Amino acid sequence: MADPHAHDATLEHDSHDHKPHGWRRWVYATNHKDIGTMYLIFACTMFFIGGAMAMVIRLELFKPGMQWVDPQLFNSMTTMHALIMIFGAVMPAWTGLANWMIPMQVGAPDMALPRLNNFSFWILPFAFTLLLSSLFVPGGAPAGGWTMYPPLVLQNGASFPMLIFAIHMMGASSILGAINVVVTIMNMRAPGMTLLRMPLFVWTWLITAYLLIAVMPVLAGAVTMLLTDHFFGTTFFTAAGGGDPVMFQHIFWFFGHPEVYILILPAFGIVSEIIPTFSRKPLFGYEAMVYAVASIAFLSFIVWAHHMFTVGMPLAAQLFFMLSTMLIAIPTGVKVFNWTATMWKGSLSFEPPMLFALAFLFLFTIGGFSGLMLAIVPADYQYQDTYFVVAHFHYVLVPGAIFGIMAGVYYWLPKWTGHMYNQALATWHFWLSAIFVNVLFFPQHFLGLAGMPRRIPDYAVQFTDWNMVSSIGGFGFGLAQLLFPYIVWRAVRSGERIGNSAWEGAHGLEWQLPSPAPYHSWSTPPTDAQIARGAAH
Amino acid sequence: MMIRARLATLALLAAAACGSLAAHADSGWAQLNMTPGVTEMSRNIYGLHMLIFWVCVVIAVLVFGVMVYSLVKFRRSKGAIPDVTMVHNTKVELVWTAVPVVILVAMAVPAARTLVQIEDTSKTELTIKVTGFQWGWQYEYLDDGVAFYSHLDHASNAARQLSANIDPASVDNYLLNVDYPLVVPAGTKVRLLITGADVIHSWWVPAFGVKKDAIPGFVNEAWFKVDADKPGLYRGQCAELCGRDHGFMPIVVDVRSKADYQTWVKGKAAEQKQAAAPDASATAAAPSAP
Repeated sequence: MADPHAHDATLEHDSHDHKPHGWRRWVYATNHKDIGTMYLIFACTMFFIGGAMAMVIRLELFKPGMQWVDPQLFNSMTTMHALIMIFGAVMPAWTGLANWMIPMQVGAPDMALPRLNNFSFWILPFAFTLLLSSLFVPGGAPAGGWTMYPPLVLQNGASFPMLIFAIHMMGASSILGAINVVVTIMNMRAPGMTLLRMPLFVWTWLITAYLLIAVMPVLAGAVTMLLTDHFFGTTFFTAAGGGDPVMFQHIFWFFGHPEVYILILPAFGIVSEIIPTFSRKPLFGYEAMVYAVASIAFLSFIVWAHHMFTVGMPLAAQLFFMLSTMLIAIPTGVKVFNWTATMWKGSLSFEPPMLFALAFLFLFTIGGFSGLMLAIVPADYQYQDTYFVVAHFHYVLVPGAIFGIMAGVYYWLPKWTGHMYNQALATWHFWLSAIFVNVLFFPQHFLGLAGMPRRIPDYAVQFTDWNMVSSIGGFGFGLAQLLFPYIVWRAVRSGERIGNSAWEGAHGLEWQLPSPAPYHSWSTPPTDAQIARGAAH
Repeated sequence: MMIRARLATLALLAAAACGSLAAHADSGWAQLNMTPGVTEMSRNIYGLHMLIFWVCVVIAVLVFGVMVYSLVKFRRSKGAIPDVTMVHNTKVELVWTAVPVVILVAMAVPAARTLVQIEDTSKTELTIKVTGFQWGWQYEYLDDGVAFYSHLDHASNAARQLSANIDPASVDNYLLNVDYPLVVPAGTKVRLLITGADVIHSWWVPAFGVKKDAIPGFVNEAWFKVDADKPGLYRGQCAELCGRDHGFMPIVVDVRSKADYQTWVKGKAAEQKQAAAPDASATAAAPSAP
């Protein structure tokens, strides 16, 4: 590789140019691919840390009685597992994929705001160092649940302000990343790349970015109110001072429900690209897909109180939130039907990205069904805060969001590295994940219906059998994930070289660039013919 | 292939479940579904739950059926030729938008009807104030001057310690037993006024279909009316994370016949009155055993 200092500034479009070497390349990174790589490595690291905490949870729940951890530490594990997986693994993974793919998919050389991009990434290691170091302070890590409901959250010890400031930093990072995505998509599209020619991943990320900008400040406000309640004598959430603990839940879930769509919408986009590629057929109902995502995003703002049906709301409010929640089933159904119609009369093959996308399709739909059940208020009284809810949201987040990320990485990794990974090993990774994820989470439906509350470190003996099954599934799923970084690492180092397109049915703009993609993706904008070829829908 | 394997997994699980269902009906493997419970409301909820469940199953069979058919029929390895012109069909899209609307309305109507009944707290015959605290429950019979605390029983509490070395299976109703249960009459509409002393708790007894948050500074209302012919012990747990011992604050409700309840509450009231009297023996401590 050429010495970068030997290059003239006029050669800046050369793919090897302007790439500082060593630590400067990463710390001063302004390139969308380098930043994307850092996001993805960070997310993968957090996935394993959060996963290790899940292993502690499943170990303690393997059989009744307390064997391994104190109840307080158990509560810290559930709290930290959620915070790390949501803010540390899934959200940075999406931002990493956005960094890598959006400039390539809209025909741009890079993201619009490179230094902001650098800053939004580098906030994260500090935020999570702060959060993780709370494990070692007096009183232990936050143990009041990731939902941080007062008054319980105010009982945390020294970890409380660490939690609040970590959330502030994660929120700032997310908002900056989202601004960058919006500005890039709005301003950096190649001439001819109209909004309705954009790939679905770009569309879903655009909508996700607006959700982030809308709700992360709400979370920041809520946790700041907690902070002042704790340290500065305010009583926003303390009834004795005229405040209202339930108000926190309303504010939190006004953030929290759009947040769950932030975690899943980019997966909709990825699946909407992978299923057509491996069906060798354009996406069915492209415009309906865009409108469905937009409708889901809109509805996400008016359903928040379905997370809190048992707090004692007026009848009218409960009916409103039940009906608005049920409405979400309609655009979600449209998406599932469109994906199915895309496969209909296609020519299907089952490479690893397609396998993960198909598992997403089946298992996310199961999570959708349990979501519909949870919307029915009287039934929700029985489901609320049980393992049925745990099963529901893990079905939409693990085979939903996580499988979406895996599918995306297996889809685009050859483009990033120029190498095909070991597909046989990736297929093993898929089958182990797909089987164990069901062994892990399906029995949790039974446990919840049979009456096991969530967030308990120990349980009555009749819950033993399915908890054992679930734990075995958990250990299997956790071990299977170790294959993933190995497969990626092998592909980075070696592997069969590929041409522009790694997949027979892939025609998007990113597949019209060389592999590995040049450092400044589209230094000359793609032609209209190239865009039309990529947007064949 | 994928589907076959998944179906096989499900079939195995189902077989395991059914097998053990037949073998020992009270074993953990048979614990698969919600209880219909012992009140009209809990049975209504159970009915709604099963209705939505079967609606979802029917939709799942149809949708997954089409998916599986596509996976089997339209494989490149079987020489399938893609129909690249199939990108849009307004008629079909309208149908699969409209049909779910009809299904949702059909589910929302009975759900709303049940909810209206659940919210009707009029004509109650007995009021008990329930206060959740870290970590137990206090019950106050507002009309009878009876009040007592209810904690996890001693046997469970000993067995649940980290270094306990006691087999939980050897403990009677491990983690679901209390020292002093809530005593209520059967066939009576009992109103609960639920609040929290410190943090938020949630009072849940699955067999009654009642789960309501106990929030400091707020008083929530709930009610239940256990069938007159179903006296017995009913168990539940706190359902809102409330700190270290959230998993260790069970609820036990002792439902008695109206006559038995009257005897109990009179005796209890007299006992507590005596204990509270200034000239009572120094050893008496309120609240005491039922």
